[in-house]
This record gives sequence, C-alpha cells and structure tokens, in this order.
Amino acid sequence: MIAARFVLGRLAGVLLVLLVVAAATYAIFYLLPADPARLSCGKPCTPENLQRAQQFLGLDAPWWGQLGQYLLGIVAGRTFGTGGGAIDCPAPCFGYSFQLSSTVTDLILQRLPVTASIAVGAAVLWFVSGVAGGTAAALRRGRLADRAIMTVAVAGVSAPAYLVGILGILLFGFALGWLPTGGYVPLTEDPLQWLLHLLLPWAALAFISAAVYARLTRAELLEQLSLDHIRTARAIGLSEPAVVVRHGLRNALIPVVTVFGLDLGLLLGGAVITEKVFSMQGLGSLLITSISSLDLQVVVGITQFSAFLVTAANLVVDLVYGVLDPRTVRR
Amino acid sequence: MSVLRRLLRDPWAVVAAIVVVLFAAAAAAAPLITGLTGHDPFTYDLDALDGTGAPQGAFGGVSAQHWFGVEPLTGRDLFAIVLWGARTSFTVGVLATAVSVSLGTAVGLIAGYAGGWTDRVVSRIVDVMLGFPSLIFMISLTAIVAASFPRPLLIVLVIGFFGWPAVARVVRGQVLSLKQRSFVLAAQAMGAGPFDVMRRQLLPNLAATVVVYATILVPAAIGTEAALSFLGVGVPPPTPSWGRSIGDAISWFSVDPAYVAFPGGALFLVTLAFNLLGDGLRDALDPRLARRRPRSAVAPVVEEAVTR
Repeated sequence: MIAARFVLGRLAGVLLVLLVVAAATYAIFYLLPADPARLSCGKPCTPENLQRAQQFLGLDAPWWGQLGQYLLGIVAGRTFGTGGGAIDCPAPCFGYSFQLSSTVTDLILQRLPVTASIAVGAAVLWFVSGVAGGTAAALRRGRLADRAIMTVAVAGVSAPAYLVGILGILLFGFALGWLPTGGYVPLTEDPLQWLLHLLLPWAALAFISAAVYARLTRAELLEQLSLDHIRTARAIGLSEPAVVVRHGLRNALIPVVTVFGLDLGLLLGGAVITEKVFSMQGLGSLLITSISSLDLQVVVGITQFSAFLVTAANLVVDLVYGVLDPRTVRR
Repeated sequence: MSVLRRLLRDPWAVVAAIVVVLFAAAAAAAPLITGLTGHDPFTYDLDALDGTGAPQGAFGGVSAQHWFGVEPLTGRDLFAIVLWGARTSFTVGVLATAVSVSLGTAVGLIAGYAGGWTDRVVSRIVDVMLGFPSLIFMISLTAIVAASFPRPLLIVLVIGFFGWPAVARVVRGQVLSLKQRSFVLAAQAMGAGPFDVMRRQLLPNLAATVVVYATILVPAAIGTEAALSFLGVGVPPPTPSWGRSIGDAISWFSVDPAYVAFPGGALFLVTLAFNLLGDGLRDALDPRLARRRPRSAVAPVVEEAVTR
C-alpha cells in the first residue's frame, strides 16, 4: 500500500515535471526569438521553406494555442500544415526538420544507438572502477594507496573530457597505432570494430567520471564504517569482507547509485564533447550541426528529448532508491 | 586567522594557491607581457609557417621568438594566445561564479528562512535544475539569442544561471540550522525583521560556505566556457580562448600534435589548482562542511560539474 502510493506519487510528480520542462523549453525557444520560422527553416533559408515553416508552426495562433499544439504533439502526434503538403508527425512528435525532410523523432532514433553505445559502456566502466578505487582508498585511509588513488582522482576531476580524449587518440591512435582515431561502426555491422572504435571514448569518459565516483564512494564508505552497526558486526565476529561489503558498502552506495542514474541519463541525451573529439555522429553532433545550420526544430527537439531522459532517469533512481533505502518510502 | 594557518599547513593547497595567483596575475598583465615580447595574439605571421600551413620547426615551432610555438594556418604567437586566453577564462569564470553565487545565496537564504511552501517549491526547482542537461541547454541557447547580443556577456549569464542551484541548496541547508541558533532567535525576539535577520545575522555566517563553493564553481565555469568554445559556440574569434585552441588542434593532430599541449596544459593546471585549493579551503574552514546525505533521491550529490 505504502509502496504503491510512493510509486504513484513519484509518477505524478515526474509527469508534472515533464509538462513544466516541455512548456518552459517551448516558451524559451519558440516564443522568445523574434522569428522562430526563420530559425526553423534552415540555412540557406529558401522562400518556400520559410513559408512552409511559418504555416507549419501556426504562428498566427495565440501563444497558448501554439504551446497547446506543441504539447499535444508530444503526447498524441500532430500534423504539420494542411492539404497536399501536410506532413504527419506521429507521437512522440518533437518537431519536423524542413532541411533534412524528416521528423525530429526519426533523426533522434537514427543517432541514438551511437550515443547509447558511448554512454552505456562508459558508464559501466566508470562505475566499476570508481567504486573499486573509492573502496580501496577508504580501506587504506591515509596510507600511500589512498593518497595515490585520490591524487589520480583529483587529476581526473580537473581534466576536461576532450583533453583526455585527445591525448588518448595521440597516444593509442597516432603514436602506437593500436586503436582507430575516431568514427563509429554499428554493432550489427562488425562487433569487433564497434568495440575497437568505442574503447578510447569509453576510457576517456570513464577516467574523468570515475574520479567523481571514487571520491564519493570513499567519503560515504568512511562515514558508514564509523557507525555503530559496523562495530557491532565486527564484534559478533563477521569476517572483514562481509562487514565492509554487506554492511558498509551497501549503504555507502546509495548516494553513488543516485548520481550514477542521473549521469547516465545526462550522457544519453548527447555526449556532445566526446562525439566531437572522436568524430562520431551521435545526438550531440546532430545538435551542433543543427545549430550551425540554424535548424531550430532539431535543436529544441534534442534539448527536449535529453530533458525527458534525465527526468526519466530521476524517476528510475527514485524507485531504486526506495528499494535500497526503504526509509524514503515511508517518509 | 586559524583558518589561514590551517590552510598554510596543507602544502598542496599552498602550491595550488600560488598557481592560481600566478595565472591570475598573468591574465591581468597579459597586454603588458605581450607588449614586452612583441607578439600580440591577433597578428598573423605567415613566415613562421611552411607551405602546408603547419608551423616551421620542431614541437609546433617553438623558438626564442615564439616560446610556445605558433598557431597553424595563421602563425599567430601561441604564447600570446594562451596568455590572453587566461584573461578570457578568468573573466568568464569569475563573473559567471559571481552570478551563480549571488543568485544562489539569495534564493537559498529566502527558501531556508521562509520555510513552508516557498521552501518546498524552491527545493523542487533546485532538484530539477541540478539534474538538468545544462550543457545541452547552454549550447541550444546560443543558437536562438540574437547575434547582436554580446556573446561573452551571454556566455557569462548562461553559465552563471546554471550554477546557482548548487549554491542555493548548500546555503539553504546552512540557513535551516542557523535559524535555530540563539543569536538568531535573540535578534527575532528583539524585533528584527526578516530582511534584517538575513542580512545581519545569517549572511555573515554563510560567508565561509559561500567562499568554498565559489572556489569550486570558478574552475567549473572556466571548464564550461572552454567546452562551449571547444564546440564552437563560446566566445567568438578572434578573442583567444583555450577551449577554441584545443578544438582547432583536433584537425592538426597528425601534423602538429604539440599545438594542443599549451592551451590544454594551461586549462588542466588552472582547473587542478582551483580544485585543490577548494579542497584545502573546505578542510581548513570546517571539516563538518563536507557532504551530507541527500534528503531525497532526486537530490544528487553533485561534487563537481563534469562536462562530457
């Protein structure tokens, strides 16, 4: 009963957040600019494209009408224009690119596998190495291993992703020739090449992100290990690994998992920088090219999509959190 | 004073502080220094390049003339570019942090002190904003703002705006515990209004927290500016920016790998120094200040903003 109410309450909250985020995004990107039609029609902006954009966006409608149509389009799909030139945009409709003659949803789905390959692999790598590093540092607190790990972690936190990526390409790509210097091969085409092309992006992302996780894990685990129940666990004669893993790490990981869910959601919405460094055509690179070609529909669509992903990640994290730490459900 | 003494006992923090001060001084004196070396970051020098546009000489054209070599394709002095780039980084970093800190402190103070519905709504907004794809939003925003709006100001405002929630959360937490303290209750009992209490009683006690946060926010803002410029949507050329130089260097990898070293090294060094200084300050000011468990799962423990 309590659990059901918790899930439903969270779900309602997430829906509300999604609505507010969608409305705010629309307002910022379509209602503020002086000429959204011109921004949507692409570069070069041909007169017929401009006219189509004006007609499709329904700019003659009052702002609440435009907003309503837009929100409805995400949920139920919408049709741009009327008559012979009408274009159907099924739900979830994030807009239509006149330049690429495709719905934004289709564009996103085409690019998503690239970004997802980068994000998921990197996330697994940084979670495992971050937690392992943080645990090792906490257990050897103040000793050489602790200081070494934490020094690497501070360096990782301070190094920009693109710098690490560039150094990786220089070393393993150009100097040693072990790995490709960029590009993406679909998993379905050639699994080995897929893996080889992804190793460097994964390593670069994992290096900078694992640092945050190592610092967090170390701090949380140290706090946990100082609590009374750990002393009790030791006193009743549990082995040290059991104490650390079952009673320390399990609690210490709760906030780490929280950050992990959000990070993964964030990265799935576009690994903009990594994609540029390794010349991969994912969501982030689609965003950058749409900005230089002035394709507002795609820009907003991707922004909206990544905001949705993060909100969804929030929900998942919240529910997982409820399982890991039942106190949050009862609150 | 004991804070300063504790900070001085941390050798890493001291080294970091020296590095930060050196970079800040170099940034402030950039026109003077490049005046002395005789190379500004804007003048082309095609004589320093070979036929393909790559720098002449070893390691990106490093010489007595050009200490860091020259930029491929233009022959501009890389030392001058890195030096003036520090000006861009520090200006954007400090101004954006000022925006974040003032907004965040104000919001956190009001939410924490008012409590009730105000607090609940503000906390919710902070939660949502903290988990927001801010880099994607920033990039997109640069596309719709009119070209006539000064770009550097836009960058400062955008970065500053996305930095306030972290400050607001920490300040709110501090206020919640401060407002139970007897000196605040005494002030209230003597008839001080909410504005007076916030300004005279709470704000001075928040200074330490805010300083630590500002030290962590500056490198984050510097990194974000560099990331935006790296992606080609940051400060416009010809204003030198470390991020843009690093971005340019990608296409020169195979010919001139040294090009990335100086702007990249500078960016890494400054960020590292600020982070170490922030760590040292946090430990020196109050060990208890260190992270709290999030109240709800939507409240992530964001230590440093990482741009990917």
